[in-house]
Amino acid sequence: MATLGELARLIRSKNAGPFELTFDIMFDDPERFERVRRSGVLSRALIARLYRLPETEVRFFIVPEALAFKASIPRPSFQGDLLDGDNHGGQQYAPLVDIPIP
Amino acid sequence: MSGTIIAAEIEKRPARSGDAAVMRVISATGVCGSGFSEHSLEEGMAREPDFIGCDAGSTDPGPAPLGTGTTAFPRRALKRDLRLMLLAARRAGIPLLIGSAGTAGGEPHLAIFRDIVLEIAREEDLKFPLALIHAEQDKDYLKRRLREGRIAALHPAPEFDEAVIDRAERIVGMMGAEPYLKALDEGAEVVIAGRSSDCAIFAGLPIRHGVDPGLAWHAAKLLECGAAVAVTRSAPDSVLVSFGRDHFDIEPLNPAMRCSPQSVAAHALYENADPYRLVESSGTLDLTHSAYEALDERRVRVRGSRFEPADRYTVKLEGAERVGYQSVVIGSIRDPYIIRQLDDWLARLDRHVAERLAQVFGADARHGFNVRVYGKNGTMGRLEPVERAEGHEVCLVMEATAETQEDASAIAAIARHQALHLPIPEWSGLITALACPYSPAHLERGAVYRFCVNHVLAPDDPYEMFPIEHLAVG
Repeated sequence: MATLGELARLIRSKNAGPFELTFDIMFDDPERFERVRRSGVLSRALIARLYRLPETEVRFFIVPEALAFKASIPRPSFQGDLLDGDNHGGQQYAPLVDIPIP
Repeated sequence: MSGTIIAAEIEKRPARSGDAAVMRVISATGVCGSGFSEHSLEEGMAREPDFIGCDAGSTDPGPAPLGTGTTAFPRRALKRDLRLMLLAARRAGIPLLIGSAGTAGGEPHLAIFRDIVLEIAREEDLKFPLALIHAEQDKDYLKRRLREGRIAALHPAPEFDEAVIDRAERIVGMMGAEPYLKALDEGAEVVIAGRSSDCAIFAGLPIRHGVDPGLAWHAAKLLECGAAVAVTRSAPDSVLVSFGRDHFDIEPLNPAMRCSPQSVAAHALYENADPYRLVESSGTLDLTHSAYEALDERRVRVRGSRFEPADRYTVKLEGAERVGYQSVVIGSIRDPYIIRQLDDWLARLDRHVAERLAQVFGADARHGFNVRVYGKNGTMGRLEPVERAEGHEVCLVMEATAETQEDASAIAAIARHQALHLPIPEWSGLITALACPYSPAHLERGAVYRFCVNHVLAPDDPYEMFPIEHLAVG
């Protein structure tokens, strides 16, 4: 068992424009990338659960040529709105870091 | 944009000895004002590029630059970058294309860039034909297009109607590649454009010179972020793309940086919701079949990218409206008893503040009061999965929002005083619950804005929203 954070070279979140938030989970090592892919843990359903959205609002991509997974969701608050606490969207990936991967 | 290859245009270009490149393009840096190494630009100029481009805009700093008409980078930093680009382009006699001037690309932003460029031209004794492409939209024009049903919402989008157009401080359109080409056709050698698709700065000229539109738009997507395409971008810097007939090669111009097939493929992910399909005004870039090959340690060759022309040309709109004026109080709590009952204490604070505001402003007054709790859920808000704060201290940022700065500061001052002495059952007697680092305790944030548009407009042609103004400089 390892965590997603231990296996990835970078887990990040960022605005994709002011209205969407996107997550990149990137790997150096094809074996680690494959291990995460095979586990099926990192999925549309996981993102939907962590960010409390219906699965239909989550776009989920596996990008083998970049050894990466990507998910995009509507921003929890639009960027810069009164209740938005993360203007760049850069610290919203934290709940992904300790996800266990078999 | 038409993807037609005009063979005659390619052939009339002077041939370079032993060189099959159709065109070479430099991106000075990912965003004008963030900097680049002078040596990198010199290295790029030695490769005889056909033009220099640079993106100068972003929504990353939030709605404030668009709302206030200010730039995210300081004027001195902008001038330093613009001077080096202008001198290099004028010396080589090649076009310089700057997009999304002044962060947000509205009228005040374009004027700031125009003034800096004119100042540099005077100081350096430069003469050139300059084009300014305007991108801020006329409100009556937007209302007419809205009534005609030619403005459509993207997802997700805020409500949009004529009242939003009226309230908006400023709405800009994001131009495609066509206005740049028109400005050049009309004689400009330096183009400073208002809000623009980042990629449009770089895609137009290569397509005109016979580059496949799929490759041109893909290269443009990489170029607009400068050295971000490198394996590790140690600092903002310049990159070079050389287009061939069926491929392009990309390399960082700083010898300490390198591109790998993975770093180039991964760049399609950055700040982009879909890693395979990028929507532009004139169509969609499709990276599904892109192939990445290492040419050597530092350069990557890309093939196979496709561009699907759109049935209908659309221009994305961006707008900012003023929400009000804001004052904030920053304070911290260290008392373990208060921290243990923090949620309850905060609920009581809300009630006490509301009661006092009703006494001072009247029962019907509407004000915004919000407390961010750092050490609990300041970063993720309602999505924070950790339910219990376990640190030994927490930071409160109390925000007051009102229609005037005076009212916002009055609310902030009231909130400070209510928080300061809000009792808890464990202590009897007057307590002081909040540690405030500043005097006065509140900071005035000025006007605050929100993004109020996420829509596209279908114009009659790519030019009607983007008037071009020509100036003879020098």
